[in-house]
Amino acid sequence: MIVQTIAFYVFAAVAVVSALLVVGNRNPVYSVLFLILTFFNVAALFVLIGAEFLAMMLVVVYVGAVAVLFLFVVMMLDINFVELRQGFVRYLPIGAVVGVILAAELIFVMVGTGLGTAVAGSPTPPIDQVSNTEALGNIMYTQYFYLFQVAGLVLLVAMMGAIVLTHREREGVRRQRIAAQVDRTRASVQLTKVKTGEGATGGVTGGGVK
Amino acid sequence: MSIGLEHYLTLSAILFTIGIFGIFLNRKNVIIILMSVELMLLSVNVNMVAFSHYLNDMVGQVFAMLILTVAAAEAAIGLAILVVFFRTRGSIAVEDVNVMKG
Repeated sequence: MIVQTIAFYVFAAVAVVSALLVVGNRNPVYSVLFLILTFFNVAALFVLIGAEFLAMMLVVVYVGAVAVLFLFVVMMLDINFVELRQGFVRYLPIGAVVGVILAAELIFVMVGTGLGTAVAGSPTPPIDQVSNTEALGNIMYTQYFYLFQVAGLVLLVAMMGAIVLTHREREGVRRQRIAAQVDRTRASVQLTKVKTGEGATGGVTGGGVK
Repeated sequence: MSIGLEHYLTLSAILFTIGIFGIFLNRKNVIIILMSVELMLLSVNVNMVAFSHYLNDMVGQVFAMLILTVAAAEAAIGLAILVVFFRTRGSIAVEDVNVMKG
């Protein structure tokens, strides 16, 4: 028990400190790296309360995909970050005041109102009989199947949206025009006999289709 | 002293607040704002999983997974918009985002 308590405090402290460094860092690349550290620590906290599958999801999806995407964009765009940091000090007091008030309110509400008396709709099976992944799969593919499908649709729409947004047509790219190739008739094709050794060197303009 | 629901709720409240704080602090930098939104969604996930554990109910983890999906989709779309915006304007400052045309 004492080990779990110590582990919770260590992981929580590192998560909070690295989250602060995400928002307060001068260099966005470091911000992304601290975001990854935050995700890792929260994943460790998930493992502590027995949500192993979600912890692994967090590492795979967030660290493996989202954080790398962020890193990619930060490094790809040529941005003057010093200019973007103007007003940082000016907004610090108001941000701190709003933040402290909000955090105090949230903690009062969550800790003070005696949450935790609801009745479980899908009780967690004992961990020594059914593993976390299996228990999650048991209800996700049965009771919450439509929700699962909707999640897939969300990802599909996001993927198509990102492709449509960032795709651009380039000028002067030669493409295979399949329709034109299929449409040819015998009359539009001219066969030319080329003597051996006089192939492409003689400045021949286009064989094949005319 | 064992770790209860309050500890996780406090942690998630702090993380959520740091996210909002980050939006206030970096009002010009869209990338940091997106990262702050990710932090806030992460704190919501902590809430979901903590309740799921302490109320002995698996549904919280199903919903946490849905939030994870939405967060990933949001990051992809947000960064795509960011890239398009940078291509047309050459900057990502928030105050330049007041003309809604390419």
